[in-house]
Amino acid sequence: MAVNEETLKMNLLTVSTSPHITSPESIPKIMWSVNAALVPAVIFAAWYFGMPAITTMLVGVVVAVATEYVIQLIRKKDITINDGSAVLTGLLMAMCLPPNLPWYMTAFGSFLAIAVAKHSMGGLGYNIFNPAHIARAALMVSWPVAMTTWTAMTTKADVVTTATPLNILKQQGYTQLVETFGDTSSMYQAMLLGTRNGSIGETSAVLLILGGIFLIYKGYIKWEMPVLMIGTVGILTWIFGPAGLFTGDPLFHMLAGGLIIGAFFMATDMVTIPITRKGKIIFAVGAGILTVLIRLKGGYPEGVCYSILLMNCVTPLIDRFVVPKKFGAGR
Amino acid sequence: MRELWSIFSKGILLENPIFVLALSLCPALAVTSSVMTSLTMGLTVLFVITANNVSISIVKNFVNPKVRLPVYIVSIATIVTVSQLVLQAYFPLLYKALGIYLALVVVFAIILARAEVFASKNNVVRSFCDGLGMGAGFAIAMVIIGGIREIFGSGTFLGINIMPASYDAPLILILPAGAFILIGYLIGGVKIIVQRIEKAKA
Repeated sequence: MAVNEETLKMNLLTVSTSPHITSPESIPKIMWSVNAALVPAVIFAAWYFGMPAITTMLVGVVVAVATEYVIQLIRKKDITINDGSAVLTGLLMAMCLPPNLPWYMTAFGSFLAIAVAKHSMGGLGYNIFNPAHIARAALMVSWPVAMTTWTAMTTKADVVTTATPLNILKQQGYTQLVETFGDTSSMYQAMLLGTRNGSIGETSAVLLILGGIFLIYKGYIKWEMPVLMIGTVGILTWIFGPAGLFTGDPLFHMLAGGLIIGAFFMATDMVTIPITRKGKIIFAVGAGILTVLIRLKGGYPEGVCYSILLMNCVTPLIDRFVVPKKFGAGR
Repeated sequence: MRELWSIFSKGILLENPIFVLALSLCPALAVTSSVMTSLTMGLTVLFVITANNVSISIVKNFVNPKVRLPVYIVSIATIVTVSQLVLQAYFPLLYKALGIYLALVVVFAIILARAEVFASKNNVVRSFCDGLGMGAGFAIAMVIIGGIREIFGSGTFLGINIMPASYDAPLILILPAGAFILIGYLIGGVKIIVQRIEKAKA
């Protein structure tokens, strides 16, 4: 009897509660991978926009991490500033801001993202909305002028205020937009490489897609989400073109604004999107439709931020309606 | 006396109309973008709720319960009209700033609730204390919300600049979105205080 018990304890049975299959993934590993996927775009932004962009990103990250530390001290929780989630929130938020934003606005945004959007909801894993986009939306209503003042680097030392491609499209129309770039092919080239005006991290489509492909390869995000969201925007803008049906410029709309960074890095945030594959597809298509609605019919030139936040709202509903069948259940 | 004091004081913290009962949140969002309008609205409601509590507790024995709600509304509407005319005559600027919300005092949930829950079951003196306490609690909450929104949202207090010239006020505090977020945190803060008080009592 005694021998039996000992053998049991040693190597035969480990009695534990489910889940029994564990994966090697952990929060820090995923978060730092996403951060790494953003690095190429960050380096490009630092080179293209220069010092103001570097300052904005630094302030965003530092304030986000500091806020996380202080709040976890106050809430008497474990300090988890090393898991990369606060760094990611701060960085993603800074990448959605115009490069010349005053530092205190960036700091206010980071504070809001961590304190209001994340910890007031219960902390990592409990937030309803994407913290980075909540911060952007709050900054947008708080300082509308500063948030829509875009500066372009004509030479490395000289800075002039110009509009983003989507702004030009909204205010002056498509022909004017093509003229600012010269011709359509150089416009596509600028949009693809990122040598255009816009928020710090949203311009370089190629580098963001590279980062996204890395995350898809690692299995942290599903390919359906970015492909469907960007695809929906492309198809709808092609159909509802400026000069009647099927006259739009889908390629421009797919590359413009914050769509690429939004589709790859915001709409795939594990906490704020539906759990099931079907739910994720509904989320991505819905966000795409809302983006097109805001871009073509709304007052704002860009709608990725609001469309993702609106879809965050309905995520619990989507989850309720696409409950997967239990294994072995009838029909 | 002690009992009257406890009826009065519960309206200020333990059963604060805005922070604890969460009634009448509409004015707390709509007219609190400056201290002056918040204070005026608070004092108006203080007057209306006290006068209404007294009149309801006087007539409570002559009113058939089936028609009590119309009677409440007539009483409240009369008192609100009086205070509206007084404000219009003596403080025309404030009257303009409050706009439609002054007339809407008639349908504030807190006034009807106090008439139904308290004044229709208690005598005149107790109803008076209850109205005074609830009204004071409402006014204090309005001034707190209005103060924070005005100081940080426009950098002024009662219209006087108190922030340094370089202060760049976030517009969100002046907009309803900021008021929602602020009231949420204030409700949370008051809840912590109330829990501490109740723990100390127990």
